[in-house]
Amino acid sequence: MYDVVIIGAGVSGAAAARALSGYNLDICVVEKEEDVCCGTSKANSAIVHAGYDAKPGSLMAKLNVRGNQMMAQVAKELDVPFRRCGSLVVCREGEDTEMLKKLYEQGIANGVEGMKILDREEALSCEPNLSDDVVAALWAPSAGIVCPFLLNIAYAENACENGVEFRFNTEVEEIEKLENGYRLVTEDGSLEAKVVVNAAGVHADRFHNMVSSKKIHITQRRGEYCLLDKTAGNLVSHTIFQLPGKYGKGVLVSPTVHGNLLIGPTAIDQEDKEAAATTQEGLSEVLRKSAMSVKNIPVRQVITSFAGLRAHEDGGEFIIQELEDAKGFVDCAGIESPGLASSPAVGEYVKEIVAGILKPEKKSDYQAARKGILDPKTLSVEERNALIRENPAYGNIICRCEKVTEGEILDAVHRPIPATSLDGVKRRTRAGMGRCQSGFCSPRVMEILAGEFNVDLSLITKCGGDSRLIVGKNKELKSENQDG
Amino acid sequence: MQKNYDLVVIGGGPAGLAAAEAARKNGIEDIMILERDKELGGILNQCIHNGFGLHTFQEELTGPEYAQRFIDRVKGLGIPYQLNTMVMDITRERKVTAMNREEGLFELQAKSIILAMGCRERPRGALNIPGCRPAGIYSAGTAQRLVNMEGFMPGRQVVILGSGDIGLIMARRMTLEGAKVKVVAELMPYSGGLKRNIVQCLDDFGIPLKLCHTVVGIDGKERVKGVTLAQVDEKGKPVPGTEEYYSCDTLLLSVGLIPENELSVEAGVELSRVTNGPVVNESLETNIPGIFACGNVLHVHDLVDFVSEEAAAAGKSAAAYIQRTAENAADADDSTKNRIPIIPAGGVRYTVPSTVCAGRMEDALKVRFRVGAVYKNCYISVYLDGERILHRKRPVMAPGEMEEILLKKSRIQEHPGLAGITVKIEDR
Repeated sequence: MYDVVIIGAGVSGAAAARALSGYNLDICVVEKEEDVCCGTSKANSAIVHAGYDAKPGSLMAKLNVRGNQMMAQVAKELDVPFRRCGSLVVCREGEDTEMLKKLYEQGIANGVEGMKILDREEALSCEPNLSDDVVAALWAPSAGIVCPFLLNIAYAENACENGVEFRFNTEVEEIEKLENGYRLVTEDGSLEAKVVVNAAGVHADRFHNMVSSKKIHITQRRGEYCLLDKTAGNLVSHTIFQLPGKYGKGVLVSPTVHGNLLIGPTAIDQEDKEAAATTQEGLSEVLRKSAMSVKNIPVRQVITSFAGLRAHEDGGEFIIQELEDAKGFVDCAGIESPGLASSPAVGEYVKEIVAGILKPEKKSDYQAARKGILDPKTLSVEERNALIRENPAYGNIICRCEKVTEGEILDAVHRPIPATSLDGVKRRTRAGMGRCQSGFCSPRVMEILAGEFNVDLSLITKCGGDSRLIVGKNKELKSENQDG
Repeated sequence: MQKNYDLVVIGGGPAGLAAAEAARKNGIEDIMILERDKELGGILNQCIHNGFGLHTFQEELTGPEYAQRFIDRVKGLGIPYQLNTMVMDITRERKVTAMNREEGLFELQAKSIILAMGCRERPRGALNIPGCRPAGIYSAGTAQRLVNMEGFMPGRQVVILGSGDIGLIMARRMTLEGAKVKVVAELMPYSGGLKRNIVQCLDDFGIPLKLCHTVVGIDGKERVKGVTLAQVDEKGKPVPGTEEYYSCDTLLLSVGLIPENELSVEAGVELSRVTNGPVVNESLETNIPGIFACGNVLHVHDLVDFVSEEAAAAGKSAAAYIQRTAENAADADDSTKNRIPIIPAGGVRYTVPSTVCAGRMEDALKVRFRVGAVYKNCYISVYLDGERILHRKRPVMAPGEMEEILLKKSRIQEHPGLAGITVKIEDR
């Protein structure tokens, strides 16, 4: 029996795993997908919000501000790109400037530091491409941007290095209450745990409702985004928000830590818990609305679009607590925006709850630091050449757009939590993330994966499961398709 | 570890090979070709269909055969090249930084550079095609590499979006290798590919081509399960109610090629907004003296024969440039300072080159261009200021087929003070 089983290896589950890995506990994370960061955590705005949006007094407000404060240290420990670029909420002509004041006051109440309401000139002086009808803006210097994939991966890798077990492709089907814990039934047998942490994102309501009579309900709130080429990455230097509406924080325009420009999201509720598909209407809305706050967005530079599902609980609040009618079952549910920003604090909060239940001892050899995949672009020419002499794979470019070398991809494949698919490699190294969107490097990355895992190329997938990239050898299909 | 060269050619595909050959034949000894792949020949190596070389060799060759003829010439001339070598950076001062496994990062100082990096395919994202993001969505060229170089099939049941030449060629290839190609959809009211490819790759195999159609949905979480096509109106917007679902496991995209100019931009080379290639003069020289461009990095071609021809011209120009700078010959001649713009008008989208200078022209200069729509029974006209010097009837012109005209140096010299050369399409 495990001490703790965490359901879900998204950013919340992984952050909780890392926080708990500081104790002498037997911990397992179960994840239905083939990798960490496959649900809500992989498709969001990548923003470390300052914390003025959430209602004062709410857990969301508390963890957002706390997470924001912790992020610089966490990013440093985990070797994850994070930049405190600051954010502006813009108010346009005809909109209510009182709303800006309300946000400001909320921010003060929540403990957000350094905010200021700017007039048009002040706003323009720090962000010259704001649209012509922007009249005022709320400046929040503590807001930042982070790589959502690498943060999630780093939490998990660090947890793994500190002894946490990860089981992928393992979907929990049933949860049974035991005398001293829970049995989690999966396709490959069952696991038992004294404490269950339910960090299952959009599926968290299902697991909660298996053990509790007090039901919760999560709505999948789809957000669609467009990502622009690095040539457009300098259009803005801060995250530009619009005044928040009923469904969230509106459409933002933001640089990313890797130098692209991100615009989105929309907010549409949907029934399906899996399919995160973009729509024509959604993508047009993103282009149309982003243009309201920032002008001259070079829409021809869009390189990809994607959709993510926010896990919106009916109460609009983070639910992180041990259930009253299911002792030892800890929800970490309803983690929608600002979930990424809050993640260090979410992990800490879950840790405190679990530690309160299990009263574990601290681990003496806990390692808080994790080294990321070495990026040769950060080295001097001399260092880089020394690296190539030692390992020539670092002299071989595989992804031409992002200039990712074979050495980095090999590193990704041999990490504590290895990349096993094209998407896994992409999220760890950025190979395939650039302007040609893997047209050039995908066959090359496939070959590396097949070689390293010593499997046939036809078994290599885009993202696990049935997402195989090739279906067979030439002419093998001849008979199959000869239907006369 | 800096190395000095007279000429560095970036890319060992058809353009780079022909440019290097021409430079050598025009007297340049000290040349280096840098190629990122493991062999010379570029994209031709995966183009195993025939139809190459009709103009250059008066015979039909496959892509690899065509490439081999130029590879043999380059090797025969003893022109050095480095394989598996990625150029990382180029500067205005013509310093090239490259990298490979053996030497790491290294610098080459060139008197002249020829840009011959080719082009890449537009990805799905550039079209904002909505839907899921499962496995089974390939650009046609990536699928071509998998099938032709590696021997692997990317799918069984295929829908192709875009009727560019690679898409058409892949419709035939996938069919021959055992897949079922259900339909080719094209957004425009005409195909972006060569007429001969429509006939030989679609018609001959009974593959339907749906013009004015696009993909409005992609279905499937892990692997493509199907795509939805819809008709589009004159503005390219999908018409509601015209959706048709095709079950398939693969969507191939052949939706355009983009000259690969990231390196050029870093060096400060000015690009054309129409071609996405460098703006060049009659010598195929960019705005940066000594940096020349040819082939698909300059503007996307339909036929490799014309790439070779254009690249040879760039190689010859680069040779002349190197010799001029060696002789320290200043551009004393006034005729070399007077740049005359070539103005595309009336349906002509762009011209390459876009300026000429009579003093530097060959006796006859080929000007290549594309039209923006299908024109039937129209005329290509060339005006030197107000005087029409060419008026040639063309039964059909289409965006998918590159056009060309010849400009005679003697005619231009007859017009001292010429302000502009206009190339346009006229009804009569």
